[in-house]
Amino acid sequence: MKAPIRLGFIPLIDASIPIVAADKGFAADEGLEIELVRETSWANIRDRLAIGHFDAAHMLAPMPVAAALGLTPLDVPVVAAMTLGVGGNATTVSEALWQAMLRVAPDVVANDARSVGRALRLALRTWPGGKPTIAVVHPHSSHNYELRYWLAASGIQPGRDIELAILAPPLMPDALANGSLDGFSAGEPWSSHAARRFGGRIILTKSAIWRDGPEKILGLRAPWAKANPDSVQALLRACRRAATWCADKSNADELIDILAAPGRLHLPKEDIAAPLTGKMLLADGRRHQLQDFLVFGGGEANAPRRETAIWFLTQMARWGQTTLSDEARRRAEASYAPELFAESGGRAEPYRMAPITGLFDGEVFQPGEAEAYLTRQILRDQRQDPA
Amino acid sequence: MKGSLFGWEGRIAKFSVDRPAIHATISHCTIWKAFSRVIPAAQLSVLILDENRVRAAIIEAGLREAGHETVTVLSDMQGLMRQIVELSPDVIVIDLENPNRDRLEHLLQMSRMVDKPIAMFVDQSDSSMMEAAIEAGVSAYVVDGLRKERVKAIMDMAIARFNAYSRLRSELEGTRQALEDRKAVDRAKAILMKTRGMNEDEAHHLLRRTAMRENRRMGDVARALIGSASLILGDRE
Repeated sequence: MKAPIRLGFIPLIDASIPIVAADKGFAADEGLEIELVRETSWANIRDRLAIGHFDAAHMLAPMPVAAALGLTPLDVPVVAAMTLGVGGNATTVSEALWQAMLRVAPDVVANDARSVGRALRLALRTWPGGKPTIAVVHPHSSHNYELRYWLAASGIQPGRDIELAILAPPLMPDALANGSLDGFSAGEPWSSHAARRFGGRIILTKSAIWRDGPEKILGLRAPWAKANPDSVQALLRACRRAATWCADKSNADELIDILAAPGRLHLPKEDIAAPLTGKMLLADGRRHQLQDFLVFGGGEANAPRRETAIWFLTQMARWGQTTLSDEARRRAEASYAPELFAESGGRAEPYRMAPITGLFDGEVFQPGEAEAYLTRQILRDQRQDPA
Repeated sequence: MKGSLFGWEGRIAKFSVDRPAIHATISHCTIWKAFSRVIPAAQLSVLILDENRVRAAIIEAGLREAGHETVTVLSDMQGLMRQIVELSPDVIVIDLENPNRDRLEHLLQMSRMVDKPIAMFVDQSDSSMMEAAIEAGVSAYVVDGLRKERVKAIMDMAIARFNAYSRLRSELEGTRQALEDRKAVDRAKAILMKTRGMNEDEAHHLLRRTAMRENRRMGDVARALIGSASLILGDRE
């Protein structure tokens, strides 16, 4: 038996893969012991990785990129070794904002990014009391970049037309209900929770903005990963097996039981069950069965995609968090380690980046042409007239 | 009240997309650094963010004993940004259980661009202090340029008080557990005396022997026995 691996996670449904790897005994089958530690903030995850409390963690997909660029208060050398989920978050607005959208666009289609974007842009013209505020979970989260991408592509400038704030997911439904927020984007089950219990209206799911966008990754502390290559491979094999198990719909009931337990998500089963099985209560008041709401992957689908790291870098630069340079690009690329993942499946051929094609507006991102892509976006952002 | 939670953040957040604003603040930061070095020790303003009021009070008392007069405790995170702007703290102490850490860091990063450079995590160069802080469950942010030893004194105190609070809490928990164990053992003994005609010593001995043999605590053995007795005997006993 190797030394136990301490793995931090935030209680969200896309923490399923490491939780299952530990609780179903897949790690034990690899001769590994995983000690799961539930955390309350991404800052805690980062700090505990930095000082070596954690060897690995469930992390927001852009976090390793931000760390590599030195954008965080603490430098944590961390590498993304596996994608833990594609999709799995949603954007929810208050009843008042939804009604305002309906008034100006009665034909608005929930979860259609173009239709909802148009309705929101029109609704802003008559919105009373200044700009609406929408919260995301972290400045370096896929939520932040996707929401901004969608707003900008819909003719709404973040900052100018809408305020963006930061808030922890469990606090979002309350803030929406008491009027401190007009909307939020967070990982599940928090949108479902807000829709079920606080009258929130789910206008979009992540997959409607970016069909195959990675949401969370398995981050490894770089010095640990370097010193323990066997443990890394064993951990990845256990997590790959867990991914296949989570992706098998016939295991859903058992997965819900595992996640609901104290020390894991510790939430009512019914709150977990709906988003886990893609049954989303959308803004139109109906429960929709969404096929690709949250994809755990299985097989090669969990490879950490280096081109997405470059895309995150372009968006960090777009919104003023950093500047795009060859050095920044090298660092962003190095923070994703598809080679480690390939090795765990017995393949070691060089990783080849592919264009990103799943964004809702049809724009294609060529990882080799990041600078031209960013310039095009910034010019368009600056040209845009007020909504 | 709309806007009370995010009004300030909103105003500040817009600077994050206004790229030229970032460059414009560099000279501002330098002025602040020079200014912050001449404040006498007792004048340091410390903000404590902790939803656990008891623990916050313990930290506050410690800071006051150490001669810090400007200490503010915030247990309610509503209006966080307004408080930060009004108090202009030199040091912010926050517990690690607080789910508002990500939000706080974002606010500090944003506020650095408009007002005052206060987004530095406590002394990254001193890894042992950081480790002690995180183990104790506390984190801190300090004004850029504040002298190291002044921050260290505050951090050492916060770490010590956080640890003292944890010890206190685990002692309390231990006492509560012991009390519950004793109640369970008494009930289990009563059941044994009634159903198996034992005297109190024999019942106690049996529970003790079982606990030792199964490597469990006596309280747990007693609770298991009470549970199965209610299954077999119903709720009489």
